[in-house]
Amino acid sequence: MKTVDVEDAVAMIPDGASLMIGGFMGVGTPERLIDELARQGKRGLTVIANDTATPGRGIGKLVTAGSVRKAIVSHIGLNPDTQRKLLAGEIEVELVPQGSLVERLRAAGHGLGGVLTPTGIGTAAEEGKRRIEVDGVPYLLETALGADFALVEAFLSDYYGNLVYALTARNFNPVIAMAARTVIVDAAHIVPVGMISPDHVVTPAVLVDYLLAH
Amino acid sequence: MDAPTLIARRIAQELRPGMLANLGVGIPTRVANYVPNDMHIYFQSENGLIGTGPIPQEGMAQAYLTDAAGQPVSALPGAATFDSAISFGLIRGGHLDLTVLGGLQVDQNGLLANWTIPGKMVPGMGGAMDLVTGARRVIVAMQHSAKGKSKIVRRCSLPLTSLRPVDLVVTELAVIGFAGGHATLLETAPGVTVQDVLAATEAELVVPDRVPQMNFADAEGAPS
Repeated sequence: MKTVDVEDAVAMIPDGASLMIGGFMGVGTPERLIDELARQGKRGLTVIANDTATPGRGIGKLVTAGSVRKAIVSHIGLNPDTQRKLLAGEIEVELVPQGSLVERLRAAGHGLGGVLTPTGIGTAAEEGKRRIEVDGVPYLLETALGADFALVEAFLSDYYGNLVYALTARNFNPVIAMAARTVIVDAAHIVPVGMISPDHVVTPAVLVDYLLAH
Repeated sequence: MDAPTLIARRIAQELRPGMLANLGVGIPTRVANYVPNDMHIYFQSENGLIGTGPIPQEGMAQAYLTDAAGQPVSALPGAATFDSAISFGLIRGGHLDLTVLGGLQVDQNGLLANWTIPGKMVPGMGGAMDLVTGARRVIVAMQHSAKGKSKIVRRCSLPLTSLRPVDLVVTELAVIGFAGGHATLLETAPGVTVQDVLAATEAELVVPDRVPQMNFADAEGAPS
């Protein structure tokens, strides 16, 4: 694990990269990384996240800045900008049921090819997916989904990168920290090693590649 | 009593002590306001919280304690937080006793459409497909009609949320159940007749010999 300035962290991310971004309606999204992605004028990004938040917040800023080519998300309903760009053909949106989306990311991070879920059977979410029966019960195959980078927000990180999250800002963050090749973390507080009890570590430091310097 | 209040109060009567329940955005959220104070319910927000409490006092909101709409909430004693994989494991895995959601259409066999109006509104399904597929009991809270058209239809014209039928629909006119696989009129709202409900409903309703009225007599502030 290395500490890195936000400018240098974002400079590692090329145009066209795939990014998993933590957060649920902007709660638990690393805003410093988002702002820097927009400032550096990134283009053609594939964003994998729960939602596109709202204009002016979290991933919503990237949508408005025109950085996002494709969003793989469960919900865009509270971001009129995403809806407008989708209808205008300026952005591609793949909608995935929320529980299936998080399982696709979990599968990628856990070395699985995918998961079988009853969710989406007989709905628009089934389009293009295989149906597999187990003991007579039909399931959809939701395949693993990884990414080049995970942008994680944590509440605490120790000097090694062991992470703790705060309340509902946890959401997708621990899952994406397992699922991307390079993991960049912004922690609200950086604390000495030993301050986080081993039992309270949610994301072990070995998963973290870069921690944003304060 | 306005329609959303009546619907929320009637659905609150379906809650039982110790339940794990998920309330959707809108009228469903208001159900929590009518739970008796001495009844302990575990409310889950699918963004990763069990023990969701009311909106905190002015000045006490935290940016990292929110509901699934991103709005500030509080947490009750005994609350627990977890990531989204566990949250949806709870929902799909048979651990969620009840979900209450809004609806655009429910057909006469209980199939629900509530996530998109193609060409007009593409919000995405969020957690709705998992909730309807996975919860042990599904209750739809919605107005009986929209723009003069019945939302309880013979067959949904909008894309379905799940092939799993809902258990109960509560509107400002009626309570409709699907236990027999077909829409059945279980209760009418105060001052509403069976004929009123039939006239306002596109779906074919099974009407039992006796259809009681919704009963709010035990509740505080019962309607006059």
